[in-house]
Amino acid sequence: MSEVLENREVAKIYIDARGPRFAAIITTIVLATALVTQNVWVLVAQGVVFLIGAVKGPQFTPYGVIFKSAIKPRLKGVASTEDVRPPKFAQAVGFVFALVAAIGAFAGVDLVFTIAVGAALAAAFLNAAFNYCLGCEIYLLLVRFTSK
Amino acid sequence: MKTYLPLAIVIALSTAYGFWWKANQGAIRTKKAVPGHRLSAEILGEALGTRATMVQFSSAFCTPCRATHSLLSQMVESIKDVKHIQVDAESHLELVRELDIRSTPTTLFVNSQGIEVGRAAGTPKRDQVLAALANIV
Repeated sequence: MSEVLENREVAKIYIDARGPRFAAIITTIVLATALVTQNVWVLVAQGVVFLIGAVKGPQFTPYGVIFKSAIKPRLKGVASTEDVRPPKFAQAVGFVFALVAAIGAFAGVDLVFTIAVGAALAAAFLNAAFNYCLGCEIYLLLVRFTSK
Repeated sequence: MKTYLPLAIVIALSTAYGFWWKANQGAIRTKKAVPGHRLSAEILGEALGTRATMVQFSSAFCTPCRATHSLLSQMVESIKDVKHIQVDAESHLELVRELDIRSTPTTLFVNSQGIEVGRAAGTPKRDQVLAALANIV
């Protein structure tokens, strides 16, 4: 049964595990700003970042590019790598929160905006501060509920 | 107009949850076993260890699973009566539901009869694993 980690048809891409952590810090700051100022455009900008991360991968977002060009060369130590799919899935979860928040704001329901941004902020903060990956934690539960 | 209350609430609650989650990660919990459930060679496709078995549920979609697998498989190399078996959660959903596995990695510690005596979500620490295994007679 140990073939499970090797025997997948999908080509596996591995990224520096510190990249998504850095992105989570920036995301936390951006979402906190959106929450405090109640500015929907700050949230929309973050939503676009989430979308890029979900569709192409976190390494292609502005935060990922900044990490690779400015932060990573200055870091010491060996980078641990991780499969790109869990962080990609986490970005998709973030995008859904951002979408709900934007819809709430444009529909005039500020409470929806506040709650959705708050939830996305909680996930980003937990990842930045505790290396908690919300997507990883709920993925199996989702599979359980949606499969036969 | 700036409002700091929602931010304060989110950060306070997240911080509390974060510390609780961190403390529980890798900890071996003994009260989660499903009563009457037994794992066997038929179910797992491999024989159990003669004294104990660590059954690790993993998915391909799981960063800490690799680290857990490395740790546990390397530990059993020097413990002859304990086996480490890895199960792919997504292709064993029936079993995942029976055992109420909620995340990966979840490692079940079972005795020679296939009865679960403890389980750990997340990557356990070496000392915790040794202590748990020492308790299985």
